Amino acid sequence: MAEQFYYEDVEIGTEITPLAKVATTRMLVQWAGASGDFNPLHYEDDFARAMGVGAPVVHGALKRAWLGQLMTDWIGEQGALKKLSCQYRGMDYPRKMKTIEEPHDGETWWCKGTVTKKYEKEGQHLVECVIWVENGKGEKMTPGAAVVALPSRGNKR
Amino acid sequence: MPSEPIIFKVEEGAIQRYAQAIGDPNPLFNDVENAGRNKNGRLMCPPGFTGWPIKGGISFIKLVESLIKAGAPPRLLDGGVEFEFFEPIGAGDVLTVTTKIANMVERETKMGKTMFTKVETIFLKQNGNVALKSWSTLIQF
Repeated sequence: MAEQFYYEDVEIGTEITPLAKVATTRMLVQWAGASGDFNPLHYEDDFARAMGVGAPVVHGALKRAWLGQLMTDWIGEQGALKKLSCQYRGMDYPRKMKTIEEPHDGETWWCKGTVTKKYEKEGQHLVECVIWVENGKGEKMTPGAAVVALPSRGNKR
Repeated sequence: MPSEPIIFKVEEGAIQRYAQAIGDPNPLFNDVENAGRNKNGRLMCPPGFTGWPIKGGISFIKLVESLIKAGAPPRLLDGGVEFEFFEPIGAGDVLTVTTKIANMVERETKMGKTMFTKVETIFLKQNGNVALKSWSTLIQF
């Protein structure tokens, strides 16, 4: 995690430190176990085809969890996440595994965002952001938004 | 009408496994040994994690079955989610979870007749305070 930064360090247009992710079939198995989402849409070819998505797809909630990490990495331990939202507008397909540990070459996803608004309200220093996950083609298929409260240098002792 | 409340405890190991599955090495969510030294004094949940299974409190499968029985199309996709965070959730918290359908809209899309259902879930902590509210969108077509 980066060093703690403050409300005063942020301007409209400030970029959130991007976060790279590689979805693999292995990660989807691990996610299914850890989240308790055992929908065969995410591991069974025939079922995924019958659902109209072609092949097993990355869980929407996993992409949402990546966006959660994007924000908690950025705001540091003294920041607080107030709101987080995203929409799953397109399907993403995991890389297959080459070895037990290593995936095949392929797509890398990037979680990104920028600051759209900053203001003080009820003693809190709030920052609004647009956030998204970009697929390997640079398409923003998982757009979202977040509101965070940051520490202020004014309150620092 | 909200669902019957479901009550469950947030387990330390479940938090660690969830953080590992995301690939999030943040010590707040992973480091049990030093958890006592963070500002919360315990292992904390990554945002959106409320104990295993994450959709357990929502009884998604039952909800979807009841929607299908009521005439909704049978193919289901997750459309997205909104979270509003009020209090941090961490290891040892006991959550009381209620779910209700906030609204339903039917639209013609390229997939044909498509039903959008927004499900509201409220997570209360053992102190009686609201810790988290979420709104999930189910897409059925």
